Amino acid sequence: MDQDRQNLARQFIEAIPYAKALDLRLEAIDDGVAVISMPYDERMVGDPSTGVIHGGAVSALMDTCSGAAVMSHPTMAIATATIDLRIDYMRSATPGQRIKTRAECYHVTRNVAFVRATAFDDDDANPVAAATGAFTVERAKEGKS
Amino acid sequence: MRRPAPEPVQVVKQRRDAALGALVKGLPFIQFLGVEFDRRGDELTAILPYSEKLIGNPLLPALHGGATAGFLEVTAIIGLSWSYIWDDIESGKIDPTKVTPERLPRMPKTIDFTVDYLRTGLPRDAYARARVNRSGRRYASVHVEAWQDNRARLFAQATGHFLMPARDE
Repeated sequence: MDQDRQNLARQFIEAIPYAKALDLRLEAIDDGVAVISMPYDERMVGDPSTGVIHGGAVSALMDTCSGAAVMSHPTMAIATATIDLRIDYMRSATPGQRIKTRAECYHVTRNVAFVRATAFDDDDANPVAAATGAFTVERAKEGKS
Repeated sequence: MRRPAPEPVQVVKQRRDAALGALVKGLPFIQFLGVEFDRRGDELTAILPYSEKLIGNPLLPALHGGATAGFLEVTAIIGLSWSYIWDDIESGKIDPTKVTPERLPRMPKTIDFTVDYLRTGLPRDAYARARVNRSGRRYASVHVEAWQDNRARLFAQATGHFLMPARDE
């Protein structure tokens, strides 16, 4: 994926209002793989007795990162939407730490893209959450460029 | 045999609303999303008032899938916790004059959550209701349905599994 397309992807993702609200940051993007991170934020806590971030915020990170992976795939989708997304919460994210997600678009058909994603905090060896999802693939109309 | 007089309606409402308020206040993420809960007896309807920050696709515009997922997960967790504390509220085991988020039982923990996106989320208010399909001592399964204009036309649904907090007997 060339530099121009990567910059475009970054601007596109970071301009999404909900991605802005969660302060998501695109760390890397290339040919079907995206890495996006989210800072720790007390407003997103799900359990004040532990300070752990709510799963709903992690869902948004996983969904955005998965969509970015689809858009960066060499198949050149012009748009995508989530069909379904399943998230497994393996452990609580450590309060105070940034959560980083890596999503990989591992298969694309004419109309559907399949994605796997994993989320980590500072402990790279133990994932916080894992996701699998199916996404729509919108293509440019044939004959038009 | 004489039955005890029924409780005055405002006492019943005050008790239930105080418990629900404490439950909702205990979750900062609910305030972040702006979710509100409407209570009719024990039935809860979650409301996600439209806000510009919830947009995921500014061109359509459409709600962000992550905002929808968060809304459904919040609805499931509050719905499950509510069904779990209902008996304690009604029996007086939870004192309505002393309910604070810290005094309520711990929240269930999400094991997994699967969201099915049926239609584009439109830039307007959304509603959701949770149904607890099974709630055992350790595990629970909850289904959530979300709609916007028309109750019969869901824009998203979800199923989640939860680990129940340990109950101190």
